[in-house]
Amino acid sequence: MSVESVNVNGKGIKQNTFDAIVIGAGMSGGWAAKEFCEKGLKTLVLERGRNVEHIKDYPTANKEDWEFEHRRQLPHNVRSENPILDRCYAWDESTEHFFVKDNEHPYIQKKPFSWVKGYQVGGKSLMWARMTQRWSDLDFEANAKEGIGSDWPIRYKDIAPWYSYVEKFVGISGNKDGLSQIPDGEFLPPLEMNCLEKHFKKTIEEKYPGRNLVTGRCANLTQAHNGRNQCQNRTKCRRGCPLGGYFSANSSTMPAAIATGNLTLRPFSVVHSVIYDETKNRATGVRVIDSETKETFEYYARVIFVNASTINTTLVLLNSTSNRFPNGLGNDSDALGRYLMDHNYRARLSAEHDGFTDQYYYGRKPTSCYLPRFRNFNGDKQDSFIRGYAYSLGASRSRGNVQESDEPIGADYKEKLTQVGPWRVGLTGMGECLPYADNRITLSKDQTDQWGMPLIEIDAEFKENEEAMVEDILDQGEEMLDAAGFKDIQKSDSKNHMGLGIHEMGTARMGKDPKNSVLNGNNQLHAVKNVFVTDGASMASTACQNPSITYMALTARATDFAVSEMNKGNL
Amino acid sequence: MNRRDALSTVSLILGGTVVGSHAFLTGCQPKRSFKSGILKPDDMILLEEVAETILPTTENSPGAKAAGVGEFMNPMITDCYPEVEQQIFTAGLVQLESTCKTQYGDRFIDLKPEQRHQFLLSLEKEAKEYNTDRETKNDGTAPQPHYYSMIKQLTLLGYFTSEIGQTQALRYLPVPGKYQGCIPYNGEPAWG
Repeated sequence: MSVESVNVNGKGIKQNTFDAIVIGAGMSGGWAAKEFCEKGLKTLVLERGRNVEHIKDYPTANKEDWEFEHRRQLPHNVRSENPILDRCYAWDESTEHFFVKDNEHPYIQKKPFSWVKGYQVGGKSLMWARMTQRWSDLDFEANAKEGIGSDWPIRYKDIAPWYSYVEKFVGISGNKDGLSQIPDGEFLPPLEMNCLEKHFKKTIEEKYPGRNLVTGRCANLTQAHNGRNQCQNRTKCRRGCPLGGYFSANSSTMPAAIATGNLTLRPFSVVHSVIYDETKNRATGVRVIDSETKETFEYYARVIFVNASTINTTLVLLNSTSNRFPNGLGNDSDALGRYLMDHNYRARLSAEHDGFTDQYYYGRKPTSCYLPRFRNFNGDKQDSFIRGYAYSLGASRSRGNVQESDEPIGADYKEKLTQVGPWRVGLTGMGECLPYADNRITLSKDQTDQWGMPLIEIDAEFKENEEAMVEDILDQGEEMLDAAGFKDIQKSDSKNHMGLGIHEMGTARMGKDPKNSVLNGNNQLHAVKNVFVTDGASMASTACQNPSITYMALTARATDFAVSEMNKGNL
Repeated sequence: MNRRDALSTVSLILGGTVVGSHAFLTGCQPKRSFKSGILKPDDMILLEEVAETILPTTENSPGAKAAGVGEFMNPMITDCYPEVEQQIFTAGLVQLESTCKTQYGDRFIDLKPEQRHQFLLSLEKEAKEYNTDRETKNDGTAPQPHYYSMIKQLTLLGYFTSEIGQTQALRYLPVPGKYQGCIPYNGEPAWG
């Protein structure tokens, strides 16, 4: 008897029935899995990629640069076959096995959009940048105040306890800085600033009241935490950390879910659609295509969490059509697929400083400093743009101290190359991106991928507000660097198009009003109460903080709500 | 101790490039085995001598040759460079030898260390002029880099990402164990 035929008889349905189904085993899906399993629900996690087991499946984690044939550079043919990935800063010879090759999941760019994907258990939580600033009411109230997009159906007070809840498990190093735009959280000891970063902090806090520099809050452990080891400052994080020194689904949430005995993990599972039962007005399960055999299966559950990463989450919903929902599950508002956003990381600066030549540092810092938002906040008002941006900032001493007049080869040259050079600093602006109805994803009507799924069409771009911010990021950055005595200040606009922030958000946004949003304040589809979305797709705005910690908090909050509703018999 | 280690030990003792090291390496043993690629064994032997002239063994650390920079260039050129640059590189090696022959009447590997040094200084000058010209021309033809610039770039990359470069020329901490933002600096080599 084939597996497929098992599915159609009664026993098969029973075998394929769970309390909860979670689609996606990454940053947010891992949290849904852990929470459901720990609350005693038999949980099926569907992951379209392969399994990546903590430690065992980190083949490059302990390799040194010289152990890579191309010293971490990727071969020319690999790069030219992957023009999208080639723009991603994190893709190299040491991490390539965690990224989806361009041709493995094609999509249609109606406008240039670089979609960076990680299909495996752990998703992109393996390769993330680990910055975890909380969002605040400056962010949650912005849409309502400005009449833009959908009003967030939650405020900071609703999510604050859930930030604390996830932070205590994740392990966030940080300093309690008392800044309202990035509220303090549950922190492990902070990473220290180096002397040039301290100098910059002192200067701007004196000369620019309302601007601050803090050490970045980040998901690297500055002490052993929940059975994981202290970060050893190797900065090989993106290859997977055998010590569990940073948070990934693989090191943290998935092992916790597995430990309960309630988890069933099915890798190689491309979700085709959510099955909707019109008579009951609820979802009954999901259709799955085995990515290797192309066989189809059905799985059933009382509650379904879609955590497939922003664009794939919306792909699943758009592809879940029925008489009741001809344009995608829960898409009464036509908001599904719209309001695609990404952080704008185009603006960068670098500069050199002559001082502090008697100072250095020890070890490698797995995060940078953070200059939180100061625009259109706390009395500041800009004419050319709304919202704001933050900077990440890192200073280090360059390697090599060669002067123009030095002989360019030979023994002296070599010695000078090994010496410590001047201090340099790099700044990256991280700009908020507004929700625009015409920045959207749709499904191709005539083209499909190797699993028979419609190709995703992405039609999105940064617009005037984002452009204006790039200019201000560069101008203010230059002014502050100048004020802090830096020289040789270089400014650049990479002109990168959307996607490369790798913070895709929106397309199934939360909102108070079902007429302009897809999800309610509990991340439930307005129209189908037992389907939830708690990944980036649910976001109603981007803020300028990195989003993952907020996805995690929303997920923990929504699972708690879902279980309580199930216990009350409401789901 | 293998032959390469032996050679670098000799280099260390002598505090510099071993004269006739090509013969030392190849003369009394059948052949070194190289992974196949665009570069031929002779190319790599030439390149490691060029690289060694750029970054020689000093009393502080072994040089580019001991760090295997010649062999490192083969997979890099073969796999990581587009065809047009591969051609410039391989044609450049021929050019290097013929210029050397014209100026010194000998192959590069047969020159004395001081001659090698002087010869590469002349290539530095040539490449610098070429590159300046290339930048100022800006006529849309996008001329390719000078072959010597490619060799030098690969030499620096290969050396400072090698185990020797990282751990002996620089100070490499495989597992730092902690981060300290501010410590006094007293002229030690940079961190690898």
